[in-house]
Amino acid sequence: MNKITENPGRDQRQASSGFEPVMRFGMDAPLLLDCGVSLAPLEIAYQTYGELNADKSNAILVCHALTGDQYVASTHPITGRPGWWSTIVGPGRPVDTSRYFVICANVVGGCIGSTGPTSINPATGKPYGLSFPVITIGDMVNAQARLVEALGIEQLFCVIGGSMGGMQVLQWAYDYPEKVFSAVPIATAAWHSAQNIAFHEVGRQAIMADPDWCGGDYLNQDRRPEKGLAVARMAAHITYLSESALHEKFGRNLQDREKIGFGFEADFQVESYLRYQGAAFVDRFDANSYLYLTRAMDYFDLAEEYGDVLAEAFRGTKTRFCVVSFTSDWLFPTSESRDIVQALNASAANVSFVEIESQKGHDAFLLDEPELFATLTGFLNAAAQKRGLKHGV
Amino acid sequence: MAYDPALQSGGRVDLQLIASMIEPGSRVLDVGCGDGELLRLLNATRDVDCRGIEISQKGVNAGVAQGLSVVQGDADTDLVNYPTKGFDYVILSQTLQATREPQKVVREMVRIGKRAIISFPNFGHWRVRMRILLTGQMPVTPTLPYLWYETPNIHLCSIDDFSDMSQSMGVTVERFIALDKQGKVSLTNQWRGAANLLAAQALFMLRGD
Repeated sequence: MNKITENPGRDQRQASSGFEPVMRFGMDAPLLLDCGVSLAPLEIAYQTYGELNADKSNAILVCHALTGDQYVASTHPITGRPGWWSTIVGPGRPVDTSRYFVICANVVGGCIGSTGPTSINPATGKPYGLSFPVITIGDMVNAQARLVEALGIEQLFCVIGGSMGGMQVLQWAYDYPEKVFSAVPIATAAWHSAQNIAFHEVGRQAIMADPDWCGGDYLNQDRRPEKGLAVARMAAHITYLSESALHEKFGRNLQDREKIGFGFEADFQVESYLRYQGAAFVDRFDANSYLYLTRAMDYFDLAEEYGDVLAEAFRGTKTRFCVVSFTSDWLFPTSESRDIVQALNASAANVSFVEIESQKGHDAFLLDEPELFATLTGFLNAAAQKRGLKHGV
Repeated sequence: MAYDPALQSGGRVDLQLIASMIEPGSRVLDVGCGDGELLRLLNATRDVDCRGIEISQKGVNAGVAQGLSVVQGDADTDLVNYPTKGFDYVILSQTLQATREPQKVVREMVRIGKRAIISFPNFGHWRVRMRILLTGQMPVTPTLPYLWYETPNIHLCSIDDFSDMSQSMGVTVERFIALDKQGKVSLTNQWRGAANLLAAQALFMLRGD
């Protein structure tokens, strides 16, 4: 393994990406991807919180969702906003950084410092664009496993994540069962449904229909498919909410006007909101990366190798699981979590399953949900006791 | 081994009896675990790997928040998902009479577990018989506290009824314990005939093979 930096402090030299720290694996240590391509060099940008204990048994890996990043509990360098899960991860929070060492890494294929389509292709000296190989959830997990190993951690105390992050949690438990003491897949599924693939395809087509996408070569032509990416985000954002959440938040309220305008301005508040969500997204996300990461989710199917019998994927697992779903989540409905639980039960695995009553749709896992906090706290405390972790580091 | 006096003094006596029957280090599945009282007792006193199934989502969420391994599920429909002999003990305490298909539930329990422990209120108890005989009304007793229109109990049986069913299923009764209305041991297995009249509750340990 070719480590150039090993967990440099965040005050150390600034990398070219500006997303330090970054773990680098050189040309002599390629990552063999599921598509058959060897990816090198490989850079993984990550953040850590808390202290690793002496026997390195208190590490929790947080896996981020489709448009998430490694800034789980620290200020985002582009948007300046607090970490996307700072309600969950921090001192005294359910994922207590005064007790656990928390790692969160930008996924391979992402655009916040890890190797992805915006990275320089060593063969051409130009950004990869569409010459970047198609990656899978398994590839993301293999890349994270390298990071974890480079940090000297043999077994993760817990792997936690929602949505695409939950897919990574399941993949971790499947690929590295002995390295995962406990696992919390939240608002996720063991395979991506036809409806979800359909929504992703709408988003991808919106990006590709933007003339500024330039067949994926926009970075070399100094253009950016912002309109297409914004539309993709708008369409996706609807799927993260729920009918009742939209109704409650916006109803048919008009935006900055008394009457409908008989035109195509953003008459309704909900339109204005979506336009804002789309516009804000393009500042922090790369269009090609969006194509690659949605594809990775589409390809995810943990049961495929076993003739669609998911239980076979978890046979003999010793990992403790806590599966969480939300009542109003129609993107990853409870029925899909139940499939996971049923498969784990069939393996006699140690599993807890909580369905949380919420009107907030899929996004509930990112929001202030006291029952989610209580679930995580209770599960992690019990797991820590089984693992023999003491309070404090 | 941790000993929790609060659990010992405040808890249900029949659950303590069940806990005492579990070999330390076992894998245990508690079907219909409610608020997790037995699971907490087992965790605190028996050093076992125990899980629960509970039908009410509220009960499940509360249990998980306390660090118990509980899933939402229904004894009637979800036991089929569990692997054969995946557990050392499968426990069904005071729930059999509320299942839609008790025989199927018992069959699944002896398949999943090396042992099945089942406790239920005895409908053959003299108090029940007297109530019907003297008042001509559905019995309301300390162990059967519900009025007929609000009871969750749809498949009540006597100790003899349960014994007959076990026999017809080819299931071995390894232990039988008669309990009084507080759940305390009142008779031992050689008196199963008398127990049908005198015991308010019953506890069976079954083995399927």
